[in-house]
Amino acid sequence: MSWEMVMGLEVHLQLATASKIFSGAANRFGAEPNVQACAVDLGMPGMLPVLNEQAVAYAVMFGLGVGAEIGYQSVFDRKNYFYPDLPKGYQVSQFFQPIVGQGVFDIPMPDGSLYPVRITRAHLEEDAGKSVHDAFAGQTGIDLNRAGTPLLEIVTEPDFRTAEQAVAYLKALHSLVTYLGISDGNMAEGSMRCDINISLRRTGSSELGTRTEIKNVNSFRFVERAIIVEAARQAEILEDGGTIVQETRLYDADNNETRSMRSKEVANDYRYFPEPDLLPIVIDQDYVDAIRAALPELPGAKRARFVSDYGLSDYDAALLVSSRALADYFESATKASSEPKLTANWILGDLSAALNRDDITIDSCPLSPQALAGLIERVADNTLSSKLAKQVFEGLWQGEGSADDIIEARGLKQVSDSGALEAMVDDVITANPAQVEQYRAADDAKRKKLIGFFVGQIMKASKGQANPQLLNTLLLKKLSDN
Amino acid sequence: MSDASLSFASIAELSAMLETGEVSSVELTRHFCNRIDQYDGCINSFITRCEEQALASALAADQRRSSGDATPLTGIPIAHKDIFCTQGIKTSCASRMLDNFVPPYSATVVSKLDAVGTVTLGKVNMDEFAMGSSNETSFYGPVANPWDRTRVPGGSSGGSAAAVAAGLVPFATGTDTGGSIRQPASLCGITGLKPTYGRVSRLGIIAFASSLDQAGPMTRTAEDAAIVLSAMSGIDPGDSTSADVPVPDFRALLNADIRGLRIGVPQEYFNADLSVEVGDTIHAALAELEAAGAQLVDISLPHTHEGIATYYVIAPAEASANLSRYDGVRFGHRCDNPIDLNDLYERSRSEGFGDEVQRRILVGTYALSAGFYDAYFKKAQQVRRIIANDFKQAFEQVDIIAGPAAPGVAFKHGDKAADPLTMYMEDVYTLSVNLAGLPGMSIPAGFINGLPLGLQLIGKAFDEQTLLNTGHCFQQRTTWHRSQPDMTRLTA
Repeated sequence: MSWEMVMGLEVHLQLATASKIFSGAANRFGAEPNVQACAVDLGMPGMLPVLNEQAVAYAVMFGLGVGAEIGYQSVFDRKNYFYPDLPKGYQVSQFFQPIVGQGVFDIPMPDGSLYPVRITRAHLEEDAGKSVHDAFAGQTGIDLNRAGTPLLEIVTEPDFRTAEQAVAYLKALHSLVTYLGISDGNMAEGSMRCDINISLRRTGSSELGTRTEIKNVNSFRFVERAIIVEAARQAEILEDGGTIVQETRLYDADNNETRSMRSKEVANDYRYFPEPDLLPIVIDQDYVDAIRAALPELPGAKRARFVSDYGLSDYDAALLVSSRALADYFESATKASSEPKLTANWILGDLSAALNRDDITIDSCPLSPQALAGLIERVADNTLSSKLAKQVFEGLWQGEGSADDIIEARGLKQVSDSGALEAMVDDVITANPAQVEQYRAADDAKRKKLIGFFVGQIMKASKGQANPQLLNTLLLKKLSDN
Repeated sequence: MSDASLSFASIAELSAMLETGEVSSVELTRHFCNRIDQYDGCINSFITRCEEQALASALAADQRRSSGDATPLTGIPIAHKDIFCTQGIKTSCASRMLDNFVPPYSATVVSKLDAVGTVTLGKVNMDEFAMGSSNETSFYGPVANPWDRTRVPGGSSGGSAAAVAAGLVPFATGTDTGGSIRQPASLCGITGLKPTYGRVSRLGIIAFASSLDQAGPMTRTAEDAAIVLSAMSGIDPGDSTSADVPVPDFRALLNADIRGLRIGVPQEYFNADLSVEVGDTIHAALAELEAAGAQLVDISLPHTHEGIATYYVIAPAEASANLSRYDGVRFGHRCDNPIDLNDLYERSRSEGFGDEVQRRILVGTYALSAGFYDAYFKKAQQVRRIIANDFKQAFEQVDIIAGPAAPGVAFKHGDKAADPLTMYMEDVYTLSVNLAGLPGMSIPAGFINGLPLGLQLIGKAFDEQTLLNTGHCFQQRTTWHRSQPDMTRLTA
């Protein structure tokens, strides 16, 4: 019998506000320890929180982005527990009345289909500081720079059945929040951290098994791996007739395994109660409408538009809209070239490969969309074969000028002059009588293979510059002539 | 002007003397510092003194006054309850936990009073973290009531009340979470006003129970309270719960004519729990107000008694979280040589907090625990709304409510300390006012066996003016607020 995975995800998203959620201290990654923590962040006696309104606006933007209910009145609560990097001994969060309620988020899957994921809720809270265990021998350091960073905790229903779905959801989420500009989504720096709730059940069963929670997984790849190894671990226990312990586990990427962190039996009772230092957040329809009106086009709508307006496949459209910068690049290049499909192919093919190879993002692409369009126009008008076009692309990448400059300088213009090509064809036929004989004796199926020899010879002679379509026509005509 | 007449003069009187040049702020400051030297050994009202800084402030205040830029409070000495953070001056909250704490910032209230030129003589004693009604839970020892040194001054603002009553300072700040301004004001024979929740910023005041805490003036007269309240109040962008309501010049608007004022007298405040002597004294005070033209109206606040249980769930619950930050990690007391994290927490907190603070943390933690939240905290929140509604309905019939501020006069040290529940009853008439967020004031209303007793006046939200008017009227017709303790008996 086989097992089915059931997973729900909790994502902690750091919001890209200029200052912290309850203080005026800067909200930036990477500063010297404790220089971005003010008296409020340190939980000094008598200090009080003041809500950063930008964080509220960002949360509402997110809610609208996933089509969720907006909480017109939401309330902060205190979540009580002791830990050295939690300065006040409680975290200000939203437990009873979150700012974002239920919604459904359509996730583009790699095959181009959409997979609906139910969002349970999303709430605002403050991040804790960091415990630094390796800086002082035998002691723990505390860095409170991160304390008070605004977080949006996004919780889903247990709607995931495969690691692929979970990763697709995280990618879609990443795409959405970067479109909205509410987070940099940088998983390596902890801007987006994922907790995975995972259980197994017999395929076909509708009951939920006992789950474990894998905390703070910080890359798409690790999410996928963590799910696979944890599912395998649970399956092995269940196959042996054992039971799963409900507990929090940690994914160890070095050893590709999950390890028990702490069990729920000794877990904290968080003693949530309404935070008396903050008033409820009350927002009205006008506020929400104004935010809605200012929203950028979101990935889902853009994907649909790319399919309908540009005739792209679902698959290509989904890839192009995965990042706002990539989609913008595509639209700029298409506007210049008027060749949407070719442009999509070039961006998703050679351009993406080059970006990956040199480990740079589309934002710092050395090639402007207009420069790429210049190349695409020369492909479209048959000046360049695809092979020559690759050479021109490399020239563009190296900054050798426009496509036309490079074609000129490198002498890469395709030979489309039928007179010149005809002469080359005649020379090859004359020089290879045996192959000509063989070709003429062969049936149609074999001829298709044999003609490659002549194409190769002429491409060699033309240094690859022969127009392939024209060459093919000429060869077929000449080889059948007696 | 004789020294003796300075000691018990009101702010209004001292201000007038400063204005005429009859006395300087430096002279006033020296005078009160001498008084503290002379008497505070017996009273123990000051935890920290800052004479040198005070003289510098006084000098600056005198210069300011001579340049014509003075307010009524410029150059008037003040003592701050040691719960208000004062930049560069130790702020202990009367706890061993914060015995070493010197804040790098001042509370908004302190900054506002500094800005008008008050002269801070020091920080005064209180119950530890404002938890208590007798000032006996202080790490720095109990405070004596100037009227009888064997008795408590009330609490938690006991040091503030005792210092003002003994003529060691013309006025002081206090905070009131369940009666901590009004009850000690009653027991020490001074005027104490707890403003409407939100009237005064809580920023920089060490939190006890955030939804109940409110700072206010402790003075000799209602007129002085009016002067100080205007200076303390106002919306603060640093306190989200401070209210955006205009701050009037309460003193300029003082009107002692209370003819036609409807004063509600809640039957529940005069039940069998109240001693005959206290009842008689309060009734006599009410008769005085009636003689001034007010109309007494019998009303009911049916859930008065539930106020105690409600308060002793909500206040400890909030306190249990507010006091979590004292963990020995960043500031405050840290135990020696902790063996691990739990040891650090347990010993730092067990050593740093006194018994009453620990008791309330435990009660509050219990009330919020899984499985008990609905039965305790949630129910208390519901009853809190019912209590607030009682007041709302009462205020449809009357303009203010009057009754005792405390069940009795000052009691002996140790009399109630062993029995927390008896101690908690001290606030039976005051804590409902905090639960409802309303303003309340205690004014001297008479004496029982030589010990003062206060009349409590309760007003509508943000209507401190009517309380001050009524108090001012009463003080125009009586001299209880002018009575002075016998200082020779005190030091004998």
